[in-house]
This record gives sequence, C-alpha cells and structure tokens, in this order.
Amino acid sequence: MKRLLVVVHLTLHEAMRRRVLLAALLGGLAFLILYGVGFHFIARDVGRNARMTLIEKRVALNAITLAGLYAVNLLAMMSAVLLPVDTLSGEIASGSMQALAAKPVRRVEILLGKWLAYVLVVAGYLAGMAGGVLLVARAIGHFTPPGITGGIPLMLVEVVLLVSVSIAGGTRLSTVTNGMMAFGLYGLAFIGNWVEQIGTYVDNQAARDVGTVASLLMPAEALWQRAAWMMQPALMRDLRVTPFSPASVPSPAMVWWAAAYTLVVVIIAARSFAKRGL
Amino acid sequence: MSDLAVETHGLRKRFGRKLAVADLSLSVRQGEVFGFLGPNGAGKTTSLKMLLGLVAPSAGRAALLGAPVGDRRARAGVGFLPEHFRFQDWLTGREILRFHGRLFGLHGRALHARADALLERVRLTEAADRKLREYSKGMLQRVGLALALVNEPRLVFLDEPTSGLDPIGRLLVRDVIRELRERGVTVFLNSHLLGEVEVTCDRVTFIKGGRTLREMTLGEETAGVEVELRVGPLDAETAAGLARFGRLLSPAAGAANESAAALAAGPGATGWHRLKVADDAALPEIARWLVGRGVALHELRTVRRSLEALFLEIMGDDQAPG
Ligand SMILES: Nc1ncnc2c1ncn2[C@@H]1O[C@H](COP(=O)(O)OP(=O)(O)OP(=O)(O)O)[C@@H](O)[C@H]1O
Ligand SMILES: [Mg+2]
Repeated sequence: MKRLLVVVHLTLHEAMRRRVLLAALLGGLAFLILYGVGFHFIARDVGRNARMTLIEKRVALNAITLAGLYAVNLLAMMSAVLLPVDTLSGEIASGSMQALAAKPVRRVEILLGKWLAYVLVVAGYLAGMAGGVLLVARAIGHFTPPGITGGIPLMLVEVVLLVSVSIAGGTRLSTVTNGMMAFGLYGLAFIGNWVEQIGTYVDNQAARDVGTVASLLMPAEALWQRAAWMMQPALMRDLRVTPFSPASVPSPAMVWWAAAYTLVVVIIAARSFAKRGL
Repeated sequence: MSDLAVETHGLRKRFGRKLAVADLSLSVRQGEVFGFLGPNGAGKTTSLKMLLGLVAPSAGRAALLGAPVGDRRARAGVGFLPEHFRFQDWLTGREILRFHGRLFGLHGRALHARADALLERVRLTEAADRKLREYSKGMLQRVGLALALVNEPRLVFLDEPTSGLDPIGRLLVRDVIRELRERGVTVFLNSHLLGEVEVTCDRVTFIKGGRTLREMTLGEETAGVEVELRVGPLDAETAAGLARFGRLLSPAAGAANESAAALAAGPGATGWHRLKVADDAALPEIARWLVGRGVALHELRTVRRSLEALFLEIMGDDQAPG
C-alpha cells in the first residue's frame, strides 16, 4: 500500500511536467473565458427578449449551460485518453520500467498507482472545468441547471472509464496504437449513439440495436447522454429542441454496466501487465 | 537459509520461436563476485531479467537469497543496474534516488543521507539537482549504479555497468565492486570487458546460445600453465605423443603467424606448438622427452592465459558477432 502511494506520487510528478497537461489547462482556461463572454451576451439578449416566456428563458439558459458542459465533456474525454496514454507504454519502451519493476513492488501496485494518479488528475481537471462552467452560469446568468449532483458524477464515471481503457491499452500496445484504439472505441460509441437516436426517431429497431451494441462496447458517450438528460427539467426533455434531449435515454442499467466495465478493464489491465515481459 | 545468493535449475526462456536461454543452471555463493560472460545475444540479459522477475521463465526454477524469484520479498535485498540504464528522466538525480529508495520502504532522514552519500560515491554531487534528461551517458550509468545500491542490497546485478564509462568511470565501478565484496555483498556481473572481469571476479561462467559452456574459478584456470614450444620438424608420431603431457591447443594467433613465417622459410623449418599442462613440473619432462626423440628444441616457454584468449577459445573461432 505504501509502495502504491509512492507510485502515485511518482506518476503525479510525471503528469505535472507533461506538456499535454499544460495544453489541456491552457485550452480549458481559454475555453472558460470565451464561454463566459459568450454566455454574457446570450444571457443579456435572452433577458431583454420580451417575447420569451420565463420558462423559455430558463430552457435557453439551460441549453447554453449544457453546451458548455458538453465542451467540457469533450475536453475531459480527450485528456482522459491522452494524458495516461503513454505512462505505461512509454516507460516500457524506454526501459525505465525495468528499474521500477525490479523493486519489491507488485506489478499490480505499479498499475494501480499509475491508474489512481491519472484518475486524480483527470477528475480534478473535469471538476475544475465543469465547476468553471457552472460558476459562469451562476455568476452571469444567475442560473444553475437541475440535477447536477447526479449529472457531474456520471461525467466523472465516464472519464474514469476512459482513463482505465487508456491505461489498459498501454500494458500491451505502443503509445500511438493505444491512442488510436481508445479514440476509435470512443468514435464507435459516438456514431453508434447517433445511429440509435435517429433509429428511435424513425422507429427502426435495427438501428437502435446497433446503437445499443456500440454503447455496450464503449459506454462513455451513453454516460454523457444520461448526464445531460439529468441536468435539464422534464419540460426541456420533452421538447427535444436541443441535441441534449435525446429521443432514447440510456437507462440506469447502462451506468451499472459502465461501472462494471471499468472494473473489468482495470482487472484485465492488471493481469495483462503482470504477465508481460519488460 | 541457503548460503547461495543465486540458484537456478534448468532455466529456459523462449520468445516465440527464438530460444534465448536454453537451460541455465547456476549457483552463485554469497559474497562472491560472479562474472556472467558470453557473446552478444548469448542470453545474459534475458537470464538476468528472469532472475529479477522482469520476464517469466518458460521453464525451470530459480531462487534469490533463498526466496523464489518472482516473489516480491526476493527483490527486497537486491539491487539492479539495467543494461540500457534508462530511468524516469524528468527527475533530478537526487529525486530519483529518493523515489527509488522509498520503493524499498526507506524514508526520512536516513533515506536522504543515503541518497547524498551515494551521489557522492558516484561523483554526481555537483549534478544532483539537474534533471536526468540533461545527463550524459556516463552520468546516467553512474546514477544507475547508485540506484542499484540505494537499498544496501545483499545481492547486486550489474548488466554491463561500464559500457558507457570513460577510464575513470571504469575505475570507479571497479572500486565500488571491491567495496561491495569487502562488505560481503554478492555481485553478479554481466560484462564484455574481460580485462575488467579478470581483475574483479572470483568466478565466471561462459554462456553461448543460452547454454552454459564452462564454469570456472579465476586464478585457477587462467593461471593454468600453457606451454608454447618452438621445435624442428616433428614426425606424426612425436606430434601425437606430445598429447601425453596435456591437451594440445591450436596455435595462438601470434605463434601462428610466426609459424607461417617459419613454414615460408622452407622445409625442415621450425614450428610452434601449444599445449596445456597441469603445472610447471611437466616442463622438464617435455624437454627431456623431445630431446630424447632427437627433436631440435629451440624454445620452450610458459604463458599465462588472458581471459580474453580463453573466451575466444571457448566460444570457438566461428564466432560471428550477433
Ligand atoms: N523480447 C524479446 N523478444 C524476442 N527475442 C528476444 C527478446 N529479448 C531477447 N531476445 C533474443 O534473445 C537472445 C538473447 O538476448 P539477450 O539480450 O539476453 O543477450 P545478451 O547476452 O544480453 O546480449 P548482449 O551481450 O548483446 O547484451 C537474442 O537472440 C535476442 O535477440
Ligand atoms: Mg545484454
């Protein structure tokens, strides 16, 4: 346990000096500033618009907030894949893993230490960015969407899942292959989800099934869909005027599936890393 | 608790169709400085990785300090300098020593003192707060040596510890090994630099193609007496008869040249022969026997074998690097 914490510390040290983390932080900051400015003007116009009812105004603010959270979701998703993508494969390829693994540490401690460190970094990033968006909405539009205590944790589950996939790939794949695999899976889920939405719209069962299978293979996008669905009032869900009000909402079972999926991926990663020659 | 620091039985490693280590059985006694020799690709590094639990053996078993390899406890008393000495290069020399020390459960003031002392020992105090990324090859190898010693190991594996070092660095490594020996630490050394092995090791094993070819205690066999003779033409019977005194060897490189020169000088010229005998006492007998058979004996001398000559002899002449 103590040794696992040393690995966490070492990995945090590694993550902090990464340029990609700096890029994510700077990009995130730029986004929040732009978002704040945009929010300011939109909120002003919405507020002055005499033809909109109060309810319509709230729906509009909710939609802008969700759009901000969607952008955060994308940024966090990319960080979750890219930050840990070479933490194992890079150290294995360079050989620096040899000195580490020859220590009296279990391989599973190395793996979990790295996993935990990147979960902390990416979760911190998500929390900071989502918090920034919610703060902008609160400060400028005097608005807070409903259901954030359910929605934000779902987004967290999503990034933890992606960190796990990225770490697991790193036990066997080279850095580039691993990145391609993780994004490929995510792309599959993304497209699959749209196929499902359209299939639901036109009532095509085959298309819905394709979407469900894609979500089972990679539940990340489904988690976002459900999170967005939770962070809006019932009226807005029914109106379906924004892309955040899907025709087919992922069920709570999908959340359990995602949690189990993450656990299994971490176990597979631990086994795969324990068996691999260094 | 056994008095063997390293013990292996029938260790084997296969990478796909490539047999890297065929059948390795070794015993290294505690306190011994052990040289593991062999040409490129002989399986030295792979053997070492199996011992350290970095790759899983395909067959066989092994123990370090009495504990089976792969067991985490087996590695608690072990230090390791990897062949390519690559480390987390975003850390400074001081930081990496502290991190690696903590992985051994060291902490606090004791760890800091240990790290500082080791940096001093490998002459890196000046560079201690620079990032490893900025280190030269030799500096990296020296920091690697310090890392291998951070836990005050009872057994140290050094995979070609001087490959990147200048002559001063090599002397430093030699001194460190001597200090380790004095403290009773077992040292397992992979090296190509046979001159160094010769002065540092107590015992060596030669391997090739993943098999042990020869195991020997230095100071015995290398000091063993080899005889070079320059004699007039020998008839076949006499030439064969020489084998009574010891093992006939192919002529050494230098002697072979001279012998070629002698051959070119015409028939009836003298030739060189090499012979390995048990001890000096054989010399007068050889002389007496040759003279008794009417052979012209021009020169009879003993040679001390260098480990390098022995290496080439054991590995065979067909040895192509690879
Ligand atoms: N991961 C691997 N996959 C496939 N083959 C390997 C692997 N590692 C080593 N080998 C092969 O196993 C053989 C032994 O390699 P090893 O590195 O143990 O040799 P070595 O004795 O340390 O050589 P050198 O003196 O060059 O360091 C070589 O033929 C090598 O190509
Ligand atoms: Mg080697």
